[in-house]
Amino acid sequence: MSAAAPTVDATRAGPFDAILGALRRNTWTLGLLVFLAILLAFTRLIQPTYGPTGIQGLANSVLPLALAATAQAIVVISGGIDLSIGSMMALTSVVAASSMQNQSDQFAVVVVIGVLLLGLLLGAVNGAVIVVTRVPDIVVTLAMAFVWAGCALLVLKTPGGGSAQWLNDLVLGPLGNEWIPKAGVLLVVIVAVIWIPVSRTRFGLSLYAIGSNQLAAFRSGVSVGRTKIFAYMLGGLFSALGGLALTASTGRGTPVPGPYTLLSVAAIVLGGVSLAGGRGGVFGPLIGVVILQLIRTDMTFLKLDPNLAVVAQGVILIGVVMLGSLLQQRRSRT
Amino acid sequence: MSGAVGTAETRNPWLTADAWRTLFRDRPVIPLLVLLGLLVILFELGPSSVNLGWAGGIFRAAVPLAILAGCQTLAMLTGGIDLSVGAIASASGFVVATLVGTMGLPAAILIVLVAAGLAGLVNGIGVGVFKVHPLIMTLGMSLVVLGLANVWQVQRVQTGAGVPPELRTLGSNLFLTVIPYNLIVFVPVALLILLGLRRTGYGRLLYAIGDNPIAARLSGARAWQVILVLYVISAVLAGIAGFLIAGLTNVASVTLADSYVLPSVAAAVIGGTSILGGRGGFGGTIVGALILTVITSLLSSLGYPEAVRQILFGAIIVAVAAAYTRVTQES
Repeated sequence: MSAAAPTVDATRAGPFDAILGALRRNTWTLGLLVFLAILLAFTRLIQPTYGPTGIQGLANSVLPLALAATAQAIVVISGGIDLSIGSMMALTSVVAASSMQNQSDQFAVVVVIGVLLLGLLLGAVNGAVIVVTRVPDIVVTLAMAFVWAGCALLVLKTPGGGSAQWLNDLVLGPLGNEWIPKAGVLLVVIVAVIWIPVSRTRFGLSLYAIGSNQLAAFRSGVSVGRTKIFAYMLGGLFSALGGLALTASTGRGTPVPGPYTLLSVAAIVLGGVSLAGGRGGVFGPLIGVVILQLIRTDMTFLKLDPNLAVVAQGVILIGVVMLGSLLQQRRSRT
Repeated sequence: MSGAVGTAETRNPWLTADAWRTLFRDRPVIPLLVLLGLLVILFELGPSSVNLGWAGGIFRAAVPLAILAGCQTLAMLTGGIDLSVGAIASASGFVVATLVGTMGLPAAILIVLVAAGLAGLVNGIGVGVFKVHPLIMTLGMSLVVLGLANVWQVQRVQTGAGVPPELRTLGSNLFLTVIPYNLIVFVPVALLILLGLRRTGYGRLLYAIGDNPIAARLSGARAWQVILVLYVISAVLAGIAGFLIAGLTNVASVTLADSYVLPSVAAAVIGGTSILGGRGGFGGTIVGALILTVITSLLSSLGYPEAVRQILFGAIIVAVAAAYTRVTQES
């Protein structure tokens, strides 16, 4: 783990090294893209009818998980980990579904804004508890996962509620060309609108700074506590977006958290985010999410037991992390 | 460690702030027992009377949780965590129930424990040799185990599965309505863990690696071997807990013990084991498991829904962990 810190510093040493470092970071994303292309070609090969409908289905199933992975990526880059993402998604989803039921479209807009604010609030609570109590992130967010899931059960005991029509239309179906799913466009727009401006600002830089070396960040004038709370707020915001996506695509809210927390961790690791913090971005994890989902689809096409898909996800998760840590160990030796 | 405790206690016989701090830090079992006592009194005042049958039920429900929390305690002492215990426990209970018809209970149990140990071995190789973050390694392993158990379920769907009566007796019956039979399993396991942590070199290595991995390495400890063995032990314990849970609930399902994972971490944290490693013990964990079980029982008899229990669990974990952090950092 500690091996990561010197490497990061080394890449900032000179312009040449910086380019090399950036290239190395992007190699991972590029490699993922190539792998995704191969996987798509393979899918087409084993299932010649895989076309627009397949892409639509893929995009719909990817959207909530991709938003969860973005949330997780931001928090992990800042050196934390958020195990309450699945619960926050469940809570925001049921709040949205229960308050939108049988209401006008205009009111639904208010609900969406309210739910996004709720996400920011949930994240702020997570971050503030971590900063104030100084308890490790993993313990706090594990505990908060209980709390948010409990709150979700208080809002709705069983799956129910409703969703505004325009929200469904926003997510489901193609946009113009039948090959372009709305969910995919929406995802790119959301991430671009929120993450790119943030990562270009001073705050984005401090996010990476506290993730790679908290003490050094503190000594160079970064407010560690405030940045941390900010990171968790962004995580909460993306979780709320994920919850809204769940409500929009299913038309209701489910109070029991899905497998999103665990899968988000798998996706970001696959996407090249270091669990030690300070490394990686948001776009790698997005590709990671698509790969994870596509592997699932392929296994159904191959008439394999769908349960083996779960095994495959686990094996991929472990294999990728092993490879990553092996590379890191070798790099730190040389 | 135990030496420091002795001197601190004799030096501070009165209730100075320092003495309290030492008490919380080195003997968390005592304040926890007080808390447990308070909870029981609360119970007596509130919903129903505390009697022996109630106590038996509490012990019976707490035993599987305590064993799984023991897995977390061992892993957390080295700075790790084992999130695969839920999947391994569920799979163990389920596979035993499917195998017992064809090969008898002892052989089924043996096979399952060996399989659980193999899963633990893979965990240990990942964490110890490849230096994969334990959270990720065990998370991935739980996906693998769950998937494989599901595959097994599909294959075995014709033969069906029933929890063997021996496990049912062991897991759910009470001797003289007070003493649960599952103590037959728990007492040796608990003694092994308690004595193993305090009296053996291996136990000290767990503390050493968690407290300061570099110092441990420089003094000749082979961390990867210790970690390898640790995760095998943890997986085998999870398997044993799985048998007891299957017996307790009389259900054999591949997701049976999933709901135990977070409470097992909670019990270890409440019991004073630091998730950062190097501090804690199994005694506190057992009391932590008892406290959680009593709270569950209290809330359900007061008629609170599951939701309130979850919220309260979360709040308790944060509060207790914050208290420990404060106590240990200020000294």
